[in-house]
Amino acid sequence: MSRTDEPIVLGIETSCDETGVGIVRGHTLLANTIASSMDEHARFGGVVPEVASRAHLEAMAPTVEGALAAAGLRLSDVDAVAVTAGPGLAGALLVGVAAAKAYAMGLGVPLYGVNHLAAHVAVDQLEHGPLPKPAIALLVSGGHSSLLLVPDVAQDVVSLGSTVDDAAGEAFDKVARVLGLPFPGGPYIDRAAREGSGTAVAFPRGKYDDGTLDFSFSGLKTAVARWVEAREAAGEPVSVADVAASFQEAVVDVLTRKALQACARYDVKDLLIGGGVAANSRLRVLAQERCDAAGVRLRVPRPGLCTDNGAMVAALGANLVAAGVDPSSLDIPADSSLPITTVHV
Amino acid sequence: MGWGGAGEGLRLTFVLVLAFDTATPAVTAALHDGDYVVAESTTVDARRHGELLAPAIEQVLRDSGVRLRDVTAIVAGTGPGPYTGLRVGLMTATALATTIGAPAFGVCTLDAIAYATGQTGQTGEIDGPFLVATDARRKEVFWARYGDAVTRLDGPRVDRPDDLPPDLPVVGAGARMYAETIGADRVAGPEHPSAGALAALAAGRLAGLTVEEAAELAEMPDGRIDSVEKARELGVLGPPRPIYLRRPDAQIPGAPKRVTA
Ligand SMILES: [Zn+2]
Repeated sequence: MSRTDEPIVLGIETSCDETGVGIVRGHTLLANTIASSMDEHARFGGVVPEVASRAHLEAMAPTVEGALAAAGLRLSDVDAVAVTAGPGLAGALLVGVAAAKAYAMGLGVPLYGVNHLAAHVAVDQLEHGPLPKPAIALLVSGGHSSLLLVPDVAQDVVSLGSTVDDAAGEAFDKVARVLGLPFPGGPYIDRAAREGSGTAVAFPRGKYDDGTLDFSFSGLKTAVARWVEAREAAGEPVSVADVAASFQEAVVDVLTRKALQACARYDVKDLLIGGGVAANSRLRVLAQERCDAAGVRLRVPRPGLCTDNGAMVAALGANLVAAGVDPSSLDIPADSSLPITTVHV
Repeated sequence: MGWGGAGEGLRLTFVLVLAFDTATPAVTAALHDGDYVVAESTTVDARRHGELLAPAIEQVLRDSGVRLRDVTAIVAGTGPGPYTGLRVGLMTATALATTIGAPAFGVCTLDAIAYATGQTGQTGEIDGPFLVATDARRKEVFWARYGDAVTRLDGPRVDRPDDLPPDLPVVGAGARMYAETIGADRVAGPEHPSAGALAALAAGRLAGLTVEEAAELAEMPDGRIDSVEKARELGVLGPPRPIYLRRPDAQIPGAPKRVTA
């Protein structure tokens, strides 16, 4: 291996609209380069799979080149290639998997096909060092909302709960549309909410007291739309700031409540939050308050590592190399519904 | 070494072409040494391009006893073809070429099918003009018109089978799928592309090029080719970029749907 005894891992992520290429040496971050096709999706109000897949094919080689330049490395320095094998958009995943296989085959280095959700957990090591074992992870984005028990991110991840309908980030997008805010909705709602009151409207909290660790955001989204329509029908003004703040409060209340319930139920003292919604400022504040009250340590990677990226895939790859896990074969499929129990394929 | 020495104007003295195509239900890979197809692997499975291609490449390298780093050019079919599979081949070509420092080229998949009709001994050798048609799904075909096995005169395009130009023989899976529409007597030639034909086509073209010409070709945009002269002049090699022919399906949304009646 190059220079030190820690392997240099190239990570490739194409499960949604970001073409992410990351490079790590062990758990030292060397590069995290991202090409996003978000601008091309914005006018459609959501990610268009075929648009994303086309953009991945265009962006992959330049993004790999950019990551190598940022890390000051050549392709031949790479010791292993890791790639998101699922879950995600099938056509988009396939571009990344094809690229990763070709890089691994061409360089003669091992390939690791990994689970996108486990990678969201593993990425925190790049910022906060080794993961406590076990940890509870709350992963929230436009594509997923999951609570995980993580005894060992390289080997053993257990699903405790997930959304039964919309992902949390999806609810942000849909409510943003109702309020006339742009796509993706998360940052716009966060911004609008700062001027409003989280208690202005008592929106419903789905599955709040049902005893499960699952989420539901579909009812909330509909309730917001209904509330706005009723005000408009009555000719009353709608405070975008108050609706945004009250909606956001309902989402983060449920997310943090269930995350801390999971910590209590499994007697785990470390909570990790990842995924694009982890960038939400109110989620960070409320999670910290509730963790402090419960004596739970909170870990949230910086926003650039929370959203989908290649460094998270490389980070998990580094765990797999260190654990001596067998590399993936060159015939692995891209699996759009890869279960979280399958950390690597 | 593939590129003949240093300096300008030198010709490729030796070609070792690794070619593959994933633009149709066939996943096909081959190695060509400038004279012959040394090894070839073809599997027809429309749903597993992503799984089958890398092992197929390893297989042809093993069968031919060639190391990947000795390959002088990588060539992939650029379609047109159903996009998900098509991208597997092109992404693989681009990434693989980077690792070995060789150029990656694209060849229109329909050209490779056409080329196979001119190879003696191939089933369905054709004399004279013909069409190539492949399955474009949605009851349409991707097609092109050829003057002979190496001369594309029109296309590639996407149309309904009953809109194809009349009378000429039709080669490829599109002909077989729509034999009733176009007339069973017009069905001719091979059904799927073969990477052997793709590699042979590319190797023949590469052998006559200078290093500079080859480099320039790898960046050549895929333009409409509308005459025999232009086709001959341009050759068939281009950059490894997909020919989609259709825009992505996506609708710009209107106002949000009301949830109250
Ligand atoms: Zn994600």
